[in-house]
Amino acid sequence: MEGELRQIWVYLAEQPLLGLTVTLVAYQAGQWVYRKAGMSPIANPVLLAVVALVALLWLTGTSYETYFEGAQFVHFLLGPATVALAVPLYNNLKHMRRAALPLTVALVAGTVTAASTAVGIAWLLGATERTLASLAPKSVTTPIAMGISEQIGGLPSLTAVFVILTGILGAVLTTWTLDALRIRDWRARGFAIGVAAHGIGTARALQLSEVAGAFASLAMGLNAVATAVLLPLLIRLLW
Amino acid sequence: MNLGFVTLLLVCQLVGEIVARVLELGLPGPVIGMLILFTGLALRGGVPDELQRTAQGLLQHLSLLFVPAGVGVMSYLGLVAEEWVPITASLVISTVLTIAVTALVMVGLSHLTGDRPLGAARKDG
Repeated sequence: MEGELRQIWVYLAEQPLLGLTVTLVAYQAGQWVYRKAGMSPIANPVLLAVVALVALLWLTGTSYETYFEGAQFVHFLLGPATVALAVPLYNNLKHMRRAALPLTVALVAGTVTAASTAVGIAWLLGATERTLASLAPKSVTTPIAMGISEQIGGLPSLTAVFVILTGILGAVLTTWTLDALRIRDWRARGFAIGVAAHGIGTARALQLSEVAGAFASLAMGLNAVATAVLLPLLIRLLW
Repeated sequence: MNLGFVTLLLVCQLVGEIVARVLELGLPGPVIGMLILFTGLALRGGVPDELQRTAQGLLQHLSLLFVPAGVGVMSYLGLVAEEWVPITASLVISTVLTIAVTALVMVGLSHLTGDRPLGAARKDG
């Protein structure tokens, strides 16, 4: 019996089905907790799912590569989902046109703040140069952040980790930050979370308000472009 | 989910990937794909109902799509643990500052240009 169970496990562990299924189960469990907690930002479903999955892989001695064989099917959907962001963007075109000037200035301010404070604080606290370069594009959506990181001497896969952590932190901290500042305009709330916390922030914004979601997706896209252009320039200026 | 529109999203992404490589824009294919779809919608002057539903279906669970990449943190636990003080401080403080600066600049300038705020956020916003 023991041997048979082991055989089944060995078989399943090699199949993409298992990685895919546990990802969906972990996320839905995370969603369930998130709703039970009254959509409290601290019960972020991505955070809960990631913690549960890392614990599971660690306990079963499964490598990330084996897990990703199955999880890649979920990961793949990031591409078409990014394209689909054109829809909420278009739906809110009218609001964006009206706020073109504030949006542009806020974007540059946010982009520069994100990169310079991330690098500055880590540098003051003695992080290595590789970590600094990997941190710089942390507010940008994953694929672009990895490209920028490579360009400036960071470690792209480490950047991916920082990007996800930033997204989760943004989704968790944005409500408190903006409530403390008494900012109630949905456009500003959405735009700020999109600049600071890319897709994960946008996902949270979309759940709260369509306007906030649209401004968040706009911010995510613009910040990616702005960081890709400004960061190499900033680095050339400072070094 | 409408199959035709799912295909349209993939075609936009595919064209985006090709454009990204041919023009070497330094932007990922999906972002260019988003711009292509956006241009198409602007030229058409509206979003078809079925596309509206397909996009909503996909975006409703956007955060799920980040889970596989997030689990990648396990490959770097050692490195992150070694420098956890600068990394944690940097990520937390920088994220809060970025949110605050972006929102304050935007609200301040909207106020100056005489633009009315859009909808009061609920407490859980």
